[in-house]
Amino acid sequence: MTSPQPRIGVLRFPGACDDRDALWALSALDADANFVWHTETELPELDAVVLPGGFSYGDYLRCGAIARFAPAMEAVVDFAAAGGLVLGICNGFQILCEAGLLPGVLRRNESLSFICRDVPLVVERTDTPFTTRCEGGQVLTIPIKHGEGNWYADDDLYAELEARRQIVLRYAEPVNGSRNDVAGVVNERGNVLGLMPHPEHAVDSLLGSADGALILSSLVESAREHTLAAA
Amino acid sequence: MKATVLVRPKQGILDPQGQAVESSLRQLGFAVDGARIGRVVDLEVETSDPAAARAEVERMCEQLLANPLIESYEIELTGPQA
Repeated sequence: MTSPQPRIGVLRFPGACDDRDALWALSALDADANFVWHTETELPELDAVVLPGGFSYGDYLRCGAIARFAPAMEAVVDFAAAGGLVLGICNGFQILCEAGLLPGVLRRNESLSFICRDVPLVVERTDTPFTTRCEGGQVLTIPIKHGEGNWYADDDLYAELEARRQIVLRYAEPVNGSRNDVAGVVNERGNVLGLMPHPEHAVDSLLGSADGALILSSLVESAREHTLAAA
Repeated sequence: MKATVLVRPKQGILDPQGQAVESSLRQLGFAVDGARIGRVVDLEVETSDPAAARAEVERMCEQLLANPLIESYEIELTGPQA
């Protein structure tokens, strides 16, 4: 029996720009990936959802603040509440924070500069559906490209997140002013991850690194388990 | 009536935009000590009852206009009845 391709929806917001790369990378990693338009009020049958990077709604007001009200986002909130896997990349991470699905907020980079380069990332946890293919403490090379990736939580919130092990990825060196070099955060339940780096831009050594494929293939595998469980 | 919302970075929250503006002002020769950058939202709300308008605008701030993790807000009602 061949293993089924998990169905992964890639949300498309006006102003998204990494949606095609995300779709391509997920397809290359053996997912049945399809776009979901932002005006959809219901999601099709899916095993996972990816919110791609970009500048949804022109980043008006605050990054992600408007996308949160897209009809498809209400469906994503329900999907996540039912335990569905949700991955937010860059602008997707910002949207998940604004929607209250992930803790904290992404602020302007400390330097005020848009930063576009490969960065080293330390994997803090391998027991999430998004990091099963990584090794604990492994250093991944994945590019970032953002102006607002400076993650912040106040002291109380940060202490809670540490205690619950919700920090999944950290920059191996200071990059954008992010508190304690946080690069990726998971929700308490463990089914929603947001990260500023772009794994979809690092899935082939031709692109400079294939380390992003470890994260995306972890997601594809976890989604496949969901498909199998539902069958 | 009209409402003006002032959204500011909270005390103690790093404001890199403000820092950049402060250093630019210093380069221009102004003796400034601290610049913080926020945002102004001018609104026309349909109600003419100041209490109702304030309550409505407060809900707007909590739900959209400000991010309470890092921003504080002030509401000024500027309509004729205010």
